[in-house]
Amino acid sequence: MSITNESVQHVAELAMLSLDQPAIDKATEKLNQVLNLIDNLQAVDTDDVEPLAHPLDAIQILRADEVTKQNNRDALLSNAPESQDGQFVVPRVVE
Amino acid sequence: MHTQSVAQLSQLLSQGTVSSTELTEHFLKRIESLDSDINSFITVNRDGALKQAQMADKQRADGLAGPLTGVPIAHKDIFCTQGIKTTCASRMLENFIPPYESTVTANIAAAGMVNLGKTNMDEFAMGSSNETSFFGASRNPWNTNHIPGGSSGGSAAAVAAALAPIATGTDTGGSIRQPAAHTGLTGIKPTYGSVSRWGMIAFASSLDQAGPMATSAEDAALLLNTMVSHDNRDSTSVAHPNSDFLTKLNTPISGLRIGVPASFFSADLDSEVGDAIQLAISQLQQQGAVIVPISLEMNQHALSAYYVIAPSEASANLSRFDGVRFGHRCEDPKDLKDLYSRSRSEGFGAEVQTRILVGTYALSAGYYDAYYRKAQKLRRLIKDDFEQAFKQVDVILAPTTPSTACKLGEKFGDPAKMYLEDIYTLAVNLAGLPAMSLPCGMAKGLPIGMQLIGPAFGEANILHLGHQFQQHSDWHKQRAPIALQEVSA
Repeated sequence: MSITNESVQHVAELAMLSLDQPAIDKATEKLNQVLNLIDNLQAVDTDDVEPLAHPLDAIQILRADEVTKQNNRDALLSNAPESQDGQFVVPRVVE
Repeated sequence: MHTQSVAQLSQLLSQGTVSSTELTEHFLKRIESLDSDINSFITVNRDGALKQAQMADKQRADGLAGPLTGVPIAHKDIFCTQGIKTTCASRMLENFIPPYESTVTANIAAAGMVNLGKTNMDEFAMGSSNETSFFGASRNPWNTNHIPGGSSGGSAAAVAAALAPIATGTDTGGSIRQPAAHTGLTGIKPTYGSVSRWGMIAFASSLDQAGPMATSAEDAALLLNTMVSHDNRDSTSVAHPNSDFLTKLNTPISGLRIGVPASFFSADLDSEVGDAIQLAISQLQQQGAVIVPISLEMNQHALSAYYVIAPSEASANLSRFDGVRFGHRCEDPKDLKDLYSRSRSEGFGAEVQTRILVGTYALSAGYYDAYYRKAQKLRRLIKDDFEQAFKQVDVILAPTTPSTACKLGEKFGDPAKMYLEDIYTLAVNLAGLPAMSLPCGMAKGLPIGMQLIGPAFGEANILHLGHQFQQHSDWHKQRAPIALQEVSA
């Protein structure tokens, strides 16, 4: 399978990456190299094989629905690029 | 002092020959004088380390010391350390100071070890050469024109240059074993789930696992004892049945069945590497091990399955870096979408962006079944293959890498060449098994590594075999020239 410039542009938008045309060209070339490398995937017959998501076939362990964390808002905000009154600031979304 | 093993340093500390403060000052001095040639540290924790060392000396004076109390260590810059910059070698996290401590580093600190600083790595652990770091490549202490391997290349280089006696690393597709092989170290990737991933910045969550990088199997076992723990905060953490990896080290290996997969010795393998592995096999045979030829045919599909699954998980994990709550933010965003996409494009390096694109593509509508689901099916076949093999053998022995460390720039930017670096290590992560690399030879002045793979929770077996090999060989005692260099006080 090979991937076109247009598809890479679309995937970049899905991935929230802003790439200019030279970057798209380069990414297309690289993605095609990677896809070539992994294409022997398709050669194996896996019709009756169950997919494996967790290496130990373990199930998700859930904890009791109880509050376990302290409120550490100030510490978490300390790494924010921009904050105000205990909130993260982003550009206006609703005009 | 800097060429002693952790086991030896522990003894010197308990005898009172040296204090933790003296030891820590010694290593800090070496980092200051020698790291400009190696670039193995991103952040040196000078003041914090000296404080921890003083505390360790007090603990020892109070009779509260464990085997690792006061021994310095370096941490891969992927572990969140409270109050100490944690960058994951990315511009995205260039100024990130975590408000919390990872379980791994917390366990190690609780054992009284001294954190010398945070080591260089491939950005977000994506790479096999340590060249994708935003802070520049680390260099191989055996020959600074060569890579130390990746992604735990900074940890490997720091230990190989004797800037730290031991270090932590993480392994998603070979990132502990491959740099260990390239720098002459002993590095172990434990069974998936046995070391908590809490506070370790995620690359591919179903594959990532932290482990020790040391100069011997004994030292690796000492540190692994501290790293392994069940953690309620990591829902994939499991209780490990073996709690002390040192107990089995000194038993003989006679009768131990070692499986050797023929397909790992194909034309892709450098002949000098192959010869060194064969010599190691003969040595183990002389020590009484039984060599059993085995087949691991599905390994040929590990690369494909890995380079679908790892980028897919990475694309999901890295979606949290959006420039809103932490990390890099672009200047003057015109709207929210612009903020997200420009912050991410500026913050992530080229390799990380390529992998995000591959992952997003593999998970996107129309390609999910052909790539992601197919890769997960292959993953089961690869795991089944190992399970069959472990019905016949106790441990599997293979090369760690197809060749010794390449030159800086030689494969950089060419995924077709670079991704093949990990062809012998990837399957282990897909199957969640423990595996170790240890030195078994040299070629043109660069170390060669061999890999020991165990069944799930078989860490004690591979550490045992590795230790017994090291009792009858001295490859692990050889040191890079810079490690022998003295630094004036």
